[in-house]
Amino acid sequence: MTIFEKSVKGRKAYSLPEFDIPDVEIDIPEHLKRKEKANLPEVYEVEVVRHYTELEKKNFSVDVGFYPLGSCTMKYNPKINEDMSALFRWLHPYQPEETIQGALELMYDLKEKLLEITGTDDMTLIPSAGAHGELTGMLIIRTYHLDRGDTKRDKVIVPDSAHGTNPASAAMAGFKVIELKSSDEGLVDLEELEKHLDDTVAAIMLTNPNTLGYFERDIEKIAKMAHDVGALLYYDGANLNAIMGKARPGDMGFDVVHLNLHKTFSTPHGMGGPGSGPIGVKEHLKDFLPVPVVRKDGDKYYLDYDLPKSIGMVRAFYGNFGVLVKAYTYILTMGKDGLTKASELAVLNANYLKALLREVYSAAYDEDGKRPCMHEFVLDGSKLLKETGVKTLDVAKRLLDLGFHAPTVYFPLIVPEALMIEPTETESKETLEAFAAAMKQIVKEAHENPQILKEAPKNTPVRRLDEATASRKPVVRWQKQ
Amino acid sequence: MKKYTKSHEWVEVIEGNKAKIGISDHAQEELGDVVFVELPEIGSELKKGEAFSTVESVKAAEDIYAPVSGKVTAVNEELNDHPELINEDAEGKGWICEVELSDLSELDDLMTEEEYKKFIEG
Repeated sequence: MTIFEKSVKGRKAYSLPEFDIPDVEIDIPEHLKRKEKANLPEVYEVEVVRHYTELEKKNFSVDVGFYPLGSCTMKYNPKINEDMSALFRWLHPYQPEETIQGALELMYDLKEKLLEITGTDDMTLIPSAGAHGELTGMLIIRTYHLDRGDTKRDKVIVPDSAHGTNPASAAMAGFKVIELKSSDEGLVDLEELEKHLDDTVAAIMLTNPNTLGYFERDIEKIAKMAHDVGALLYYDGANLNAIMGKARPGDMGFDVVHLNLHKTFSTPHGMGGPGSGPIGVKEHLKDFLPVPVVRKDGDKYYLDYDLPKSIGMVRAFYGNFGVLVKAYTYILTMGKDGLTKASELAVLNANYLKALLREVYSAAYDEDGKRPCMHEFVLDGSKLLKETGVKTLDVAKRLLDLGFHAPTVYFPLIVPEALMIEPTETESKETLEAFAAAMKQIVKEAHENPQILKEAPKNTPVRRLDEATASRKPVVRWQKQ
Repeated sequence: MKKYTKSHEWVEVIEGNKAKIGISDHAQEELGDVVFVELPEIGSELKKGEAFSTVESVKAAEDIYAPVSGKVTAVNEELNDHPELINEDAEGKGWICEVELSDLSELDDLMTEEEYKKFIEG
């Protein structure tokens, strides 16, 4: 039931003192005048609260249960982050610089810390989220080449295992996308890469570890190959949670390093954010960062708009500041050793879960269980499909019945019937074991009574949704009948 | 007679040098429910092996590669409102476009239905 259906004429959730200001005639042009009354629901305050609390209870979040959504790093978001960001909620983006020195200092210091974590030389905190950061990074690369008078670089190489946003961002920045076939180990195939590399390539976009959860061990060689033909190397930050404090993209040879503060640095995300996708760059790309950049002059912090070669503004104001406060809080509360430990545990948890599931599921490219993964792994569901007719989608839906959020499914595209699992460092041994037990139960059901899986989920607020019709004929907002 | 590519498109000469192009039944099966088809423009030139259309399903968006070179003379407008035609009848009513082949000999490199069946089973 929507809030509109609960509306009863005359009910209200407020009580205002009597209106004692005389009516004034304002000359509003006829075409700007509202013709009919705003259609607002009329309810008591308690009904508003109950309505939204009821909706909240139907939601699943990491505060409710295990959320192993591969590539999304759904780690627990410590509540202290929220407390700290609340301290800044009265700031206004138009306030004069001298009244917001604390906020600027926070941004400056967060940037310094992220530069150290990523091994880059300068950074913008402005991009609103992951794909926006990617586009910003691509525009920086484009502007860099054009600034050198190098106008023939119209291609960007993206592996076939990449996040879908990578080719999309490259295309949006005006590049042609070349898809790179992965090797039979699920890594960048150097011979294949060599074939595509020439002076028309602007950049290679990679994530390391890659989406299959394996570390690109030839990364330094790849960086050299790219740089030898004048191309740049772009780092997608989705998987940084595997390597914090252990390895730095900047040291691997990446020129542009993207981060998802809302994943790696524990700020809430999913369903529209807000996120934050900073872009770190090496020295030779500093001049092209979007404006404004936070700088320090003596004891004073200020916003620098004076970058003549900048790609310009990528959004209004200075990014999703609340998210920056939460990420800063996370970094300070964890400390250097804490961040390193987080990555270690994320990798350990993934490998433990992969080993627990081996009995019923094989992970892609894992050499019969002998190859360790990084912070995530991808299960291949084709055997189960062949034996029982149960699709990965059915398995995912059944997991909802058993109280878990489903993993990422059908991605990366190079693994058939893929289930991509990222447990993160914040889950206990017991939780991982409970999830493995649920997966084993599902595989058993697939063999014994596949109908349960085809009809799943049964215990959720809504049953299986018709995704095809939802995509073909989307209804994205409520409308009065 | 239909001919097939390794990237799962089909092409069928309907008369003279005119041919229809689409994706194979196997491809639609793999993609799942199709929700959107980006049609090429009438008059545009397809080049064998190059992407000319995109098919989006609930699972993924896949590029569709031209099985032959030629000029697009018609597109299946029905797909705009009914992308599900690809699922229902990929090799019939779910055709994507019609082309005037510029080089009939390009068909020789493609697989026959039997060869394609073997290819997807292998």
